[in-house]
Parts: sequence; structure tokens; C-alpha cells
Amino acid sequence: MDPLILSRMQFGANISFHILFPTITIALGWVLLFFKLRYNATNDSAWMRAYFTWVKVFALSFAMGVVSGVTMSFQFGTNWPGYMETVGNIAGPLLAYEILTAFFLEAAFLGIMLFGFRRVSNRVHTLATVLVAGGTTLSAFWIIALNSWMQTPAGFEMIDGKAHPVDWWAIVFNPSMPYRLVHMLLASGLTVSFLIAGLSALRYLSGDRSESMWKALRTGVFTAAILIPIQIFAGDQHGLNTLEHQPQKIAAMEANWNTGPNVPLVLFAWPDEAAKENRFEVAIPDGASVVLRHSTNGIVPGLNDYPGLHPPVLPLFWGFRIMVGTGILMLVVSWSATFFLKRRHSLPRPLAMLMVPMALSGWLATLAGWYTTEIGRQPWLVTGVLKTADAVGPVAGSHVALTLAIYLILYVLLLIAYLGVLVHLALKAAKDGDTSPLPGVMKTAMSQPAAGE
Amino acid sequence: MTFDWPTALPLIFAGLMGLAILIYVILDGFDLGIGILFSVAEDAEQDTMIAAIGPFWDANETWLVLAVGLLLVAFPMAHGVILTALYIPVFVLLVGLILRGVAFDFRAKVPSGKKHRWNRIFFLGSIIASLAQGYMLGVYVLGLDVGLGGIAFGALVALCLSAAYAAMGAAWVIYKTEGELQRKAVRWLRTTLVLTALGMAAVSLATPFASPRIFAKWFVWPEMLYLSPLPILSALLFLWLWRQTFHLPKPDDRHALRPFLTLAAIFALGFAGLAWSFYPFVVPDKLTIWQAASATESLAIILAGTVVVLPVIIFYSFYAYRVFGGKATDLTYD
Repeated sequence: MDPLILSRMQFGANISFHILFPTITIALGWVLLFFKLRYNATNDSAWMRAYFTWVKVFALSFAMGVVSGVTMSFQFGTNWPGYMETVGNIAGPLLAYEILTAFFLEAAFLGIMLFGFRRVSNRVHTLATVLVAGGTTLSAFWIIALNSWMQTPAGFEMIDGKAHPVDWWAIVFNPSMPYRLVHMLLASGLTVSFLIAGLSALRYLSGDRSESMWKALRTGVFTAAILIPIQIFAGDQHGLNTLEHQPQKIAAMEANWNTGPNVPLVLFAWPDEAAKENRFEVAIPDGASVVLRHSTNGIVPGLNDYPGLHPPVLPLFWGFRIMVGTGILMLVVSWSATFFLKRRHSLPRPLAMLMVPMALSGWLATLAGWYTTEIGRQPWLVTGVLKTADAVGPVAGSHVALTLAIYLILYVLLLIAYLGVLVHLALKAAKDGDTSPLPGVMKTAMSQPAAGE
Repeated sequence: MTFDWPTALPLIFAGLMGLAILIYVILDGFDLGIGILFSVAEDAEQDTMIAAIGPFWDANETWLVLAVGLLLVAFPMAHGVILTALYIPVFVLLVGLILRGVAFDFRAKVPSGKKHRWNRIFFLGSIIASLAQGYMLGVYVLGLDVGLGGIAFGALVALCLSAAYAAMGAAWVIYKTEGELQRKAVRWLRTTLVLTALGMAAVSLATPFASPRIFAKWFVWPEMLYLSPLPILSALLFLWLWRQTFHLPKPDDRHALRPFLTLAAIFALGFAGLAWSFYPFVVPDKLTIWQAASATESLAIILAGTVVVLPVIIFYSFYAYRVFGGKATDLTYD
């Protein structure tokens, strides 16, 4: 097979596996801080029990994120040497700042956050939690800046075929960066909310009615209910930004073959790229013109304006619809659950049973969204600067295929183990309930080194 | 006098990258070594050994990300050449690191019946990652030669580097534990030290004989005189540490950190020798650090950040080690 498509598949597999875990740790760090601050304020040990249940999920997710992230740092060189050779002067400093300001911060204080509870004072432990949560968010900031720059490059000039920085402010805060960052941070918040709500619902279904279960369940459901409308608004703004800067991506997402007014909003179709038409189309007349231009005769860009330079239509069309569909389901479920928790102080069994698989809805929406935006960048690696085909390395296709196969097997096995541990942790917490021994919370640190040594 | 930034910056970054690699090899060396020693430790001992590295391994591995990151951002040309040439060993290293890293967490969280399986995976991941690193070092030393001779030499260095990591792991266990496990670690150290010395001697001899350019850098008067402390000091430290293993642990556990520091010093000396051999090349005999470097303005902005952030990183890393100072106790989340 073609090394280009194999390398793309390999990078896609690695980054898809990787993004699952930062999506959890970015927001879960802040949720853990919330649990901790609630405990500090109320002295209610149920908050601390919720913290100790979820800090284990955080530790495991963090480890998965670190090891898959190390893989990413090698992939640039092993599979895409042309990338750094062309835009290394821009991408390099952004990656360097991510490592220097974010990776070390989170890695160094993670140990204290996880195992230092009895080693440092409560205040230092809270501070360590803040620094880890801040580190994960800062890491998202830098990598989103780089990714957005690849989508909508700015602040550089080309000298002898290489990008050179001109204005770092323009590079970091490039046109799509603020929208993408907000969209991703909210996605992380929603992923974690539904994960917490889903695993708490599993505890609920297994008969657990402990205080720590209720606290986690309410935190997950209410956070989701607040974040989802904000996310729908932010996603819409992000789409309008894409319309302005990457119209060919919007054309593919909407499967709109010809530029013009009165473009329908296609709800269902099988886009046929060879025939340049949609099969089995179900559409709302003028819908896309209204959504994108706020007028029935608004002009929507079509694929005919970008011959040979537009992304593949089918994955964008469906990726976008899976993301939006999941988002709408999230809205319905989180608002219904909020209604029952607020008004009836209970959770109907069918709703709880729906919330358990919804624990992974954030992953689905995040992956679908990233596929839409990243495949939507094709055939460019860096829009208008470097084509993906020109960046691939000289490695033999057979080597790429072999390593890809082993990566995939490894990732499937690790995902099974990861989800198994999550369910195991939830059921264990359900069995212990509020009877687990009260964690040894102390306001002051143990003597150094810790007593008993 | 004018300071010539375009000349100085690649040099500074080569130094920083070397420093990051050295720190990585020393710090993750003991993590990987402890993973290797898992194969000869009892169940209860394994828990203590994990507790001795649990709070640190993540930050230790970050130095590898920094080293590769610096190669990537400061010498993008070299990053591509080296990593495409080492495609398969890099892949093996990554699989090892993935298995090692996740086994750390899984072994503590799975139902107790499955813990054994993750202990084995922890050992496998550690030994795979160590062997891959040694193999890559061997191939790199021979100028990225992947002929039959290169593979054989790579295999030899792979074994010896794994032994060296195991020695580091044993030295760390001596520092962090007491009683029977500590006495066991002294014996582990003695055994692995022999292979470590053999490996260093092999790399030291192979490097100059594989490249006439490197031969000329070492065996010429008066450089030979200035360089002679490197091998002599290394040999003396080896002998001294070997003798020490017959007297450890000392009463009151004095000097428990000394074997580790001695090994770290030996690593640093060996590393200095390699640096002297390869300077000014980043891809042996093909690309110098100036040919491979990024644009001056990009290096400058990274350096500005590094100067501010690196001391802070070193400061809080020391703090983290201090918080978990003393002998290892059971790791708990509360």
C-alpha cells in the first residue's frame, strides 16, 4: 500500500488514541479541584471520597495520555520529516513552550497531587492540584495554537521554501485559534461531565445511594447541563469562523456541490464524489443559507469552486453530523436528568440506563469533531503552505503497515483494559459506599520524612 | 566584541539537548532498571520498588520528551534523518514505554487477581524500552549503520545498556529501601556492574575505530593527555563502586545514595566522551549542528523561554523529590 495513506492512518490512529485521554484530564483536573475546595469549605468527607474515587481515574488517564503523547513527539520525525523541515521555525517554538511550561509542571506536581496527601499540608496539596489542572489546560493552549496555525496560518513569511516567523502574537492567536480552543475546552468539560454522570449512574443502578455517589452524579449532570448550550453556541461561532477562513471545509461538511443562494440544509444523504451529487438526500429547503448566512438567499460556497483542492466529502459530511447529533442527545439527556434530580430528587431507571453508555458520548463527539476539522484540512498539511503528500518520509510502506497493525492491536487491548478498570473502580466505590474508611485528611503535613520511617 | 548569535545558538541548543538526554538517561534509567529487576524480585518487594519510583517516573519520562522535542525544534533536519533511519527501533522503544507506563497504573487498580499479569507487562515494557535505547545508541555510534555488523554491535550495546539501567535501578533501591530488599539490591548491583563496565568499554573502543574522524580526535597529542581523565576516572569509579558492594549497606545506612551518585557520575563521564567524539555533528559525519539548526529567530525565542523556565523546572523537581524523600513507604492516594 501507499506509504502516504498508511502514514496518515498511523498518525490518525495515534492521535485519536492520544486525544481520548487529554480530553479527560484537562477538565477532570478542575473537577477534582472543585471536589477538594468543596471539602475544604464544608468538611463533608463525602466530597473527599468523590475526590479519591476520581483521582484514580485521573491518574490512569494521565498515564495513558503521557505514553501516547510520547509516541506523538516521535511521529513527526519518523513519518512526517517534511513537516518540520518546512514549518519547523513556527511549530518548533510552540511545541517547545508546551513541553517547558506545561509538561514539566503537570508531571512534577502530579506525584504530589496523587501520593502526597499525607506528605504535604492540605494547602500545598490544593496548590499542587491547581498546578496540575493548570498545566493540562496550558498544554491544550499551546497545542491548539499550533493546530489552528496549521488550519489558518498567519504571522509568517516564506523564505526559500521555509516558513519564518514574523509576528508571534499573530502566529499564536491566529484567526481560528480562539474558537478552536474554547470549543475544545468545552468538549473536554462535557466529556468529563458525562463520564462522571455515566459511571455514577452505574453506581446508582447497582444500588449505591451513598452521599459521594450523589455528589459526583449531581456534579456531572449539572455541569453537562450548563456546558452543552454554551458548546452549541461556541460550535456555531467556530463554524462561521471556518466559513470565513476555510470555505472549502464548510462546502464539504454541508455536501454542497455548487456555490449559490437558497442552499438546503442536508439532514441525511450519501454524498457521491464521483457523480458530484447527494444520494438519498433528505433536506430542509434554504436551511444551510439561513444557518450560515442568516438569510434564505445567502450565498453558500460550493465544492465546484475548489477543484482538486477540497477535502473528501463523505467523512466530513458524516463526521460533522455525528458530532452535532451527539451534542443534541447530550442536551436532551443532561436537561432531563437535571429536571429529575432538581424536582424529584431521584433518577428514573431508564434514564440511568441511558446515561451509562453516554459516559463515552464525549469521546464520540470529540473524535467526530476532530476528524471533521482535520480531514477538512486536506489536501493541505498546513493550509496553502504545505501539502500532506509533500511531507511524508522515505520509510517503506511495509514498515509503516507493520507498525500500524501492532499499534492498533495494542490500542484496542489498552482501551479494553482501561474501560474495564473504570467499571471496576465504579463498582468498587459502589460497594464501599460511605463505609470506606475515612481518608486520613490532615490540615498540617507529616514531619519530613514521613513518620514511621 | 560582538556576540555571534547564529553561531552560538545551535551550540547552546546542542548543549541543552545533551543535558536533557543525560538527565533522562540517569533519571528514567533507574525507573527502567527497577522494571528490569522486577523479574528477580518477590511480590511484596515489587510493591516497595514501585513505591520507590511511583511519584517520579512521569516527570522523569518528560526529560525524554524534552530531549526529542529539542531535537525536533532546534535541529529539525536531523530529527527527520535520525528517526526515519531508526524507524523500527523507535517503534519498539515506544511500545516498551507505553507498556511500562500504563502497567504502573493498571497494576495498582485492577482486581487483585490480575495484578500478576500487569507486573509481567511492567517488566516486559521496561526491558523492551531499555534494549531499544541501547540498540539505537549502538547504531548511532556507528554512524547509523544498519548492516549486519551494525545490528550485532547494536545488540551488544542493547544488552549492556539494559544492564547499566538495572545497575541504576539497584542503586536506587539501595537508597530507597532497607532490610532484606536492600541487601538483595547490593547483590544485583554487583552483578550488573560487570556488564555495565563491559558495555562502556565496548562503546568507547568501537566509536573511534568505526570512524577515522573520531579516531583522529582522540588519539593525537596533546588532546590525548587532556582527555585521559575521562577513561581513567571512569575506570577508577567502577573499581571503587565494585569494592563498595562488598561493604554495603553501611551501619546506620550511611552513604546509601552514594552508589547511585557514583553511577550517575560514570554515565556523565561516558556521555562527555560521546559528546566529544561526535561534536560538531548531530547526524554522525553527515549534518553538523549548524547545518541542521532552525532559524536564528526561532531558536532565540525558545532560548528566552528556556532561560526563564528551566531553573523553575529544576527547582520544583527537587522539591518533588524532597517531598517523597527518605525510605519508600506504601503508595496510597490518601
